[in-house]
Amino acid sequence: MDIVKRYMKNINLLIGLLVIVGFLLVMITSFFYTPYDVNMMNIPEKLHSPSSKYLFGTDEFGRDIFSRMMKGTQTAFAVGLLTVIIGTSFGILIGGLAGFLGGWVDELFMRLMDALMAFPGIILALMLVAVFGPGVVNTAIALGVIAIPAISRIARSGFVQHRDAEYVLAAKLIGVKPYNIMFRHILPNISSQIIVAATVTFATAMLAEAALSYLGLGVQPPNPSWGRMLKDSQAYLVKASWYTFAPGGAITLLVLGLYMLSNAVRDYMDPRSK
Amino acid sequence: MKQTRNWVFLMLLLLLGVMISACSNDNDKKDTNKVPTNVPVTTDTPQEIVVRINDDPDFLDPHKATASISYQMILNIFEGLMAPETDGSLKEGLAESYEISQDGLTYTFKIRSGVKFHNGEDLTIEDIQYSFDRLMGKNGGEKMSNNFDNVASTEAPDTTTFVIKLKEPNSNFLYSLTARQAAIIPKSNDGKHNENPIGTGPFAYVKYAPGSNLVLKKNESYWKEGLPYLDKVTFAFQSDDQAAIMSLMANEVDLTSVPWQRVNEVENSHHLSHQNNNSSLIVTFNETKAPFDNIKVRQAMNYAISKADIIDSVFAGYAVPLGSNMSPAMGDYQKKGLEDKYKLDVAKAKALLAEAGYPDGFKTKITVSSHNDIYSNIAQIVAANLKEIGVDVEIEVVEWGIWLDRVYFGRDYTMTTIDLTGRASAYEILNDYISTNDSENFFLFKNEEYDNIMADVLKETDTAKQIAYYQRAQEILAEQAVSVYVADYQIVWGSDKQVIGLKSYPFWFHDMSEVKFSN
Amino acid sequence: MMYMIRRFILLMTTILLVSMITFGVFQILPGDPVRTMLGTEADATQIENLRSELGLDRPLYEQYTDWIKGLLTGELGHSIRFSMPVKDLLLDRLPVTMSLAVLTLTIVLMVSLPLGMFAARRQNKLSDVSLSTLTQIGMAVPSFWLGMMLILYVGMQFSFFKISGYIPWSQSIAGALSTLILPALTIAIPQIAVNFRYVRTAILEQMQLDYVRTIRSKGMSERNVMYKHVLKNAMIPILTVFGLIMAEVVAGTIIVEQVFSLPGVGQLLITAISNRDFPLVQGIVMYITVAVVVINFIVDILYSVLDPRIRLR
Repeated sequence: MDIVKRYMKNINLLIGLLVIVGFLLVMITSFFYTPYDVNMMNIPEKLHSPSSKYLFGTDEFGRDIFSRMMKGTQTAFAVGLLTVIIGTSFGILIGGLAGFLGGWVDELFMRLMDALMAFPGIILALMLVAVFGPGVVNTAIALGVIAIPAISRIARSGFVQHRDAEYVLAAKLIGVKPYNIMFRHILPNISSQIIVAATVTFATAMLAEAALSYLGLGVQPPNPSWGRMLKDSQAYLVKASWYTFAPGGAITLLVLGLYMLSNAVRDYMDPRSK
Repeated sequence: MKQTRNWVFLMLLLLLGVMISACSNDNDKKDTNKVPTNVPVTTDTPQEIVVRINDDPDFLDPHKATASISYQMILNIFEGLMAPETDGSLKEGLAESYEISQDGLTYTFKIRSGVKFHNGEDLTIEDIQYSFDRLMGKNGGEKMSNNFDNVASTEAPDTTTFVIKLKEPNSNFLYSLTARQAAIIPKSNDGKHNENPIGTGPFAYVKYAPGSNLVLKKNESYWKEGLPYLDKVTFAFQSDDQAAIMSLMANEVDLTSVPWQRVNEVENSHHLSHQNNNSSLIVTFNETKAPFDNIKVRQAMNYAISKADIIDSVFAGYAVPLGSNMSPAMGDYQKKGLEDKYKLDVAKAKALLAEAGYPDGFKTKITVSSHNDIYSNIAQIVAANLKEIGVDVEIEVVEWGIWLDRVYFGRDYTMTTIDLTGRASAYEILNDYISTNDSENFFLFKNEEYDNIMADVLKETDTAKQIAYYQRAQEILAEQAVSVYVADYQIVWGSDKQVIGLKSYPFWFHDMSEVKFSN
Repeated sequence: MMYMIRRFILLMTTILLVSMITFGVFQILPGDPVRTMLGTEADATQIENLRSELGLDRPLYEQYTDWIKGLLTGELGHSIRFSMPVKDLLLDRLPVTMSLAVLTLTIVLMVSLPLGMFAARRQNKLSDVSLSTLTQIGMAVPSFWLGMMLILYVGMQFSFFKISGYIPWSQSIAGALSTLILPALTIAIPQIAVNFRYVRTAILEQMQLDYVRTIRSKGMSERNVMYKHVLKNAMIPILTVFGLIMAEVVAGTIIVEQVFSLPGVGQLLITAISNRDFPLVQGIVMYITVAVVVINFIVDILYSVLDPRIRLR
């Protein structure tokens, strides 16, 4: 009974890790091997239902969906990680300066972040994609920008909490440069909160990319992107109902894994919530 | 003080919203509770139809409206001196008869009598004069169209005759007198043509709810005896094609276009009718930019791109291949056989590329609009096809607004794909978008012989000779490999009841005047 | 009073900043409203006429200062795409979006509160863990896909549901519900997961506090402990997350209104952006900002009601 209970407690961590490691392995494999060429069209073989030849069937151009799903992990991780990098680095910088310096810098930065947050994320992303142009990198930039306000708020509250901590005062007394205090002393202390926020950002980036694809923008074809595939599958919901479950399932599974992982980290940090 | 009050207003927007949602529009209520008075008791099918349209009209004012989507709907409200026919010819509309002088410069129209506007007023010669003056910017306003630049004068010698004099003969002129280009509207409604449009057409305007629907009702005193059959037409706006077909299945709309891939889902439960769209779907190039300034490269593209692949996977087979701008829907005007001029031939395409100086291919970019998935899907096939001859195509999907700005008007592109919407006349189909003297020539195609043909055909009054000109023009388009002319796709209409009398025109127009349900 | 003034100033600064961001983005946003509206059929004369008629031939900053001036007198300007006042368009669409939001929140509350309480009592038991996993799946599904699936597997199966359009409440309450329930569910399902987690955590935290042990030892029934004390105190942290959820719901309406062809504010915003309708975008974004700020304001007031120790500052 005790063992069951322990597993239950850690189920978030367990499933989360399993999912992410699984997808990572698929991604690494996809660099060397996919059953078929991901962009090769074979129109006579279009919309072939799943079989031993085509594990997940073929799409409307006769491309192998399984191969495209595999390759799609690269797009997913590229968009996700890039979004996280942009979101966290700017978020920490803005939130850190606001929290550490306080005063009018704090007021200015945070009002600006409030304003950015008032924009529905998908709309801002839509406009930014229009400005930057579509593609993996540009999509990630747009999604990264909309992630900044949330992360900067978390970073700010962390820096505010630690700003007057004894170890910070001590460091100041012995003449450590403010830059070093911020990034060498305070940042490591709030890193777990940032990790949670980054994991959630990764997950929301996946969902936002799918939403952008629904609106016709986002990662460009023929690059396999789960969001785009999910959108394309809408036309075949009845005729080839299996088509939609591969990309839909992949997005759901990865996002679920990321959420569970972030919850596990949060539980670990904050024992009260266990 | 006033300012504070307005601020309070803004703050209360939210609360107001909740309250309105609780006690909403009284108008709506009246509309639905009103018992229809003129329904013939003989039939048990309600003579009301809900037609799904992708988007809102740009304007309801027929002189201001420009987007082809608007005319699909509002041509039911308005009429011109001439009226379009389904085969691309013209018949008399508000003009009972007309005469053209020997020199082709003077057009004399006899105006139909007993025609009433929707507001009950009689159609008078003043209204016709007013409509043309308004279009030409002669009663104070701005000129609303370039179509009448060639008009020297207009006059009304008596109350039933209207005369238009041209500066130069133009065999296509009558085409600019349909409701699409020159709707006749009542003078008494001046200044309100957009808010409360009034015409003489089979249906009268009831209300327009932006983003939701446009409602029309039967014109009880329509001059064509016995028409229209329907009492009410609602154009419901729904942009998502996939959601639209589900609305059809759920009986929430009566008539909608069915995405080609999903035709077999409704073919057993619904009535289908096929309409040749008369548009030409093309993959085209900026012909002033290397490498597409080279005719051999353009021919290579024609040999390498598989029309069959596109027709099969994008249109699920519901399309006919083209060889020029002209679709088979235009009957005799079309030059037959051009669609086979460039048969899929990868070896030949490679050879042509080598001759043009690109033995190893090149890199290029195709810019397509995101407003309809067909464009990005076609781009994917084009990229896959061209990869076979060593041409590396990057696909760039942009919003419709950006596409218009950058590609269509800005001409800052190398390759694109689009469907050129159908026009009422062969002249417009061949002149618009392509001819050097047309401002919409976004391929920047330039060919002297072609331009001469387009100028000469306007002076030609004999139909057979006009057709010869038009056919030669199509040959030039094919020879010069101006574009890859892919296909004219069909629109498959699905309806829940048996709808009869749905006519298909060579341009987008949902003519509801003769539509009725049968059991 | 000071609190109200402070709030009001905050709202004003946020609106100003938001409108400046919109203005900034529009400065660099490619695409032209008139060309987009008229499409491929337009000739140069028509484009020029319309542009000068709408005052779009002036630089954007002038249009922006006009907008600000209008705002100061309570005017939101004229939509380019629909040639009618932005205020009218908004008032027309608000009932749809507000009804959708209210219904969504009701569903979120009705489902997540009992579920959270249930899970908290069975902490780490199989039912608790499977509930939390299940709700998280709801969070991980892309919303437009969820909407499509609901249309396909629920909307199409039961004739009660309408899968497109909107029927006003005044016309028929059942009709309104038939158009709104599925979209509301689509937005609610992911938010249920968020709220469920918070309810569960908040209740668990309360249960560990001394006062609970005291009243339990006094012999109060579990039922009374839960409903009379724990739940009431747990509401305070739950309220915080509820403010966040409301903001998510407002944003969630955008995609969902598109999927269900609901003529609401979110759908209008998508149209406004793709048509580069500057005044309309400004108007809608301002509405959303006001909505979010007002929601937070309400949450703050509720705070002070629930917990007298918290004073509005």
